[in-house]
Amino acid sequence: MQWETVIGLEIHAQLATRSKIFSGASTAYGAEPNAQACAIDLGLPGVLPVLNAEAVRMAVKFGLAIDARIAPLSVFARKNYFYPDLPKGYQISQYELPVVQQGTLDIELEDGVCKTIGITRAHLEEDAGKSLHEDFHGMSGIDLNRAGTPLLEIVSEPDLRSAKEAVAYMKKLHALVRYLEICDGNMQEGSFRCDANVSVRPLGSEKLGTRAEIKNLNSFRFVERAINYEIERQIALLESGGAVVQETRLFDPDKGETRSMRSKEEANDYRYFPDPDLLQLEIDSGLIEQMRADLPELPDAKRQRFIKEYTLSAYDAGVLTATRELADFYEAVVKAAQGEPKLVANWVMGDFSAALNRDNLDIAQSPVSAVALAALLNRITDNTISGKIAKEVFEAMWAGEGEADAVIERKGLVQITDTSAISKVIDEVIAANPTQLAQYRSGKDKLFGFFVGQVMKQTQGKANPAQVNDLLKAKLAED
Amino acid sequence: MHNKTIAQLSAGLARGEFSSVELTQSYLERIKRLDVQLNSFITQTGDLALEAARAADARRAKGEAGPLTGIPIAHKDIFCTQGVKTSCASKMLDNFISPYNATVIERFAAAGCPMLGKTNMDEFAMGSSNETSVYGPVKNPWDLQRVPGGSSGGSAAAVAARLAPAATGTDTGGSIRQPAALTGITGIKPTYGRVSRFGMIAFASSLDQAGPMAHTAQDCALLLNVMAGFDPRDSTCVDQPVPDYTATLDQPLKGLKIGLPKEFFAEGMEPEVAAVIEAAVAQYRQLGAICVDISLPNSGLSVPAYYVVAPAECSSNLARFDGVRYGYRCAQPKDLLDLYTRSRGEGFGAEVKRRIMVGTYALSAGYYDAYYLKAQKVRRLIADDFKRAFSEVDIILGPTTPTTAFKLGEKTDDPVTMYLSDIYTIAVNLAGLPGLSMPAGFAQGLPVGVQLIGSYFDEARLLNAAHQYQQHTDWHTRLPTGFEG
Repeated sequence: MQWETVIGLEIHAQLATRSKIFSGASTAYGAEPNAQACAIDLGLPGVLPVLNAEAVRMAVKFGLAIDARIAPLSVFARKNYFYPDLPKGYQISQYELPVVQQGTLDIELEDGVCKTIGITRAHLEEDAGKSLHEDFHGMSGIDLNRAGTPLLEIVSEPDLRSAKEAVAYMKKLHALVRYLEICDGNMQEGSFRCDANVSVRPLGSEKLGTRAEIKNLNSFRFVERAINYEIERQIALLESGGAVVQETRLFDPDKGETRSMRSKEEANDYRYFPDPDLLQLEIDSGLIEQMRADLPELPDAKRQRFIKEYTLSAYDAGVLTATRELADFYEAVVKAAQGEPKLVANWVMGDFSAALNRDNLDIAQSPVSAVALAALLNRITDNTISGKIAKEVFEAMWAGEGEADAVIERKGLVQITDTSAISKVIDEVIAANPTQLAQYRSGKDKLFGFFVGQVMKQTQGKANPAQVNDLLKAKLAED
Repeated sequence: MHNKTIAQLSAGLARGEFSSVELTQSYLERIKRLDVQLNSFITQTGDLALEAARAADARRAKGEAGPLTGIPIAHKDIFCTQGVKTSCASKMLDNFISPYNATVIERFAAAGCPMLGKTNMDEFAMGSSNETSVYGPVKNPWDLQRVPGGSSGGSAAAVAARLAPAATGTDTGGSIRQPAALTGITGIKPTYGRVSRFGMIAFASSLDQAGPMAHTAQDCALLLNVMAGFDPRDSTCVDQPVPDYTATLDQPLKGLKIGLPKEFFAEGMEPEVAAVIEAAVAQYRQLGAICVDISLPNSGLSVPAYYVVAPAECSSNLARFDGVRYGYRCAQPKDLLDLYTRSRGEGFGAEVKRRIMVGTYALSAGYYDAYYLKAQKVRRLIADDFKRAFSEVDIILGPTTPTTAFKLGEKTDDPVTMYLSDIYTIAVNLAGLPGLSMPAGFAQGLPVGVQLIGSYFDEARLLNAAHQYQQHTDWHTRLPTGFEG
């Protein structure tokens, strides 16, 4: 039988507010356990939550970016369950009336086809703390630094049909929240994590199969592997006459498999009800319109603009707009270089990105600024150096040896463009290689490259390649 | 000194007749001597009180005293007090020393009021007789065999017996007004949102409201001036200017329209209580008020609606008491579930557990619509009844309780009968309105309270109406036998 996979993702994006969603405690990552938990985060008797307005603005920003409805009135509810790292015995979340409703996100499939994925809702909620099971001699430690950190839970429709689509969607969202500067996207620190609802059904069937929910996937690779494992598991189960049980599963990256965590029967009845400590959240249309006006250029729009404005290929534009930082860097170089968008694109995507990756640096940490890179590329454009020499200059700049012109000057890398000087070298090379000359003239065209190489070698690569080509061609044709 | 109102004590302090230290000492001495009969205090904070009294005297010497500077008061043990045990009368919090102050506590400290101690109450404010306290019941100073009412029973008994000139209380379904009525004192539950709930241990968040308990409406006005006002730490606290509640106390009542809800004068009320209320109505007529019959047709639904909403919220509010971070933890827990079940099973008393279970049930999947949602709809109907009534009248008058103080143990085995003792007060909480109870007479030697209900944020009018009544009656000056000296 042929099977169809149906996937929906719930993504938790930690909002980049400075303080927590219902208290003034800091959200900074990595502090000593419980150093960033105030009376409210600890759930002391008598404390009350006060909503962080910045978290609301970030949620609205996200809603506008996915073309969703911003609920003029939404409600915070309590999700009741007991867990040691949940201080109040309930999590404040949004249940029946979330702040962001019904949006969409376009993803591009491998064959270049664009697919629209529905986003059912995005709601604000607080994160729980962490239980630490090591180092306590059979007991557990509780760290409440994370308790009360604002989260935006983004719930997709079951529109995804493969692990690859799921990853494409997740990557797109990841780029979007970073573009909007509402989430730092750091998956290792848990700032962006995913639960995947996976089911399979006979191809052509309308009815959804029973789903399993895989919890807490914190890398794109894990999402792909976990979903693929789960699809195979469910199909094998169904084909051998079994049935999928609705349950929560955990992915074990070491074994590459998912394991049952709890079944539906064991699932909590969360006894949701509106939190009486918080008023209904009202968002007036003035704020929404102002935020819409303040929205930054979004990835898709930027990509289209790059294609048009810089006459880049769709691929190049896609790579350059993958993050806002890279796109901004690219545009800064183009501006400083006063043109040559294709040359700039090649360099930013090529040597520059490679160097960042090699040294594991962010753009902000790059030793070569946009203006410095532009100055280097200008030396290619004005024929001071060749593209090949430019790579050498770039490495020197990266190593902190100075600006492009200084490096070129110090290393004597200025391109030779003097025709007579180049002609002189060519004459010498031809004279020194009579055998190759004879072979070339008898029709072995490929030896042209050999002569170019020899000329470049003699000039330490400094001869202008175009001039070398032209002059060499003429000289070799002479009798 | 103990027979004086706060207004009189304040004048005495201002004239230098006595110092705050002397005043505080005299109350501390009374507490020491007399509270053995009443059990109205859980914690006495004599040293802190004297320290604050000295500071108040110093402040007065510098000419910086406010109206309440130097007046000692007692706080219900539901308010978090920094460095002082805050137990909510529960074994669960018997070991809890709060690391912070409730807003109400902060405001009284800033006003210069020494804290005499923390008063006894029903456990987590759940009860109408002060019999659910883990520290034992409070006795009614008018008859030591009887309850003082609850849940602010300790505050009520302490004020009635003149162990404190005033005390704070909280009122979720009548917990200020019912004990005020049963002990012959004056207490007001303000509009929901008028006083900050920050640091007040939550029972039912949408109903809880703090208020003052004292001898007179004038004293309540002075106290409410300190308590009321916006607090950014409580999202349900309303940002609305606070009038000076003492400024309008002397307004004449001529033309005041008082509504008498026929549902409050129906069966269930003891005839002697009814007679006292009728007399109060007659007094108001004499003062020039116009009394008209009104109807609150849905008021009969208030007790059942309340006993869905309040337990539902409490079941969630009390989930934080889990033995993990503070409070009671069972001995030698086997595992996490054992830690939870035994800590909560052993730490909470029977009435608290009953309400947690009722509330958990009411919120459960499949029952939510039938109970919680339905109760919220009823709540809206009850609020609409009042809204309609206040389009015709200025205030509403009726009994605070159907009976006078009952005997200790009389209703402990019958929760429903116990719940019905709040039948006239609960609707006010469900609607979020201000309500006041003041002494209006006696039935067989026990105080009877009359209740005044106002429209939203109309506390000033209630206090004015009560003050005018007290200018022409002396019920509020009566002292229980055995506590005169």
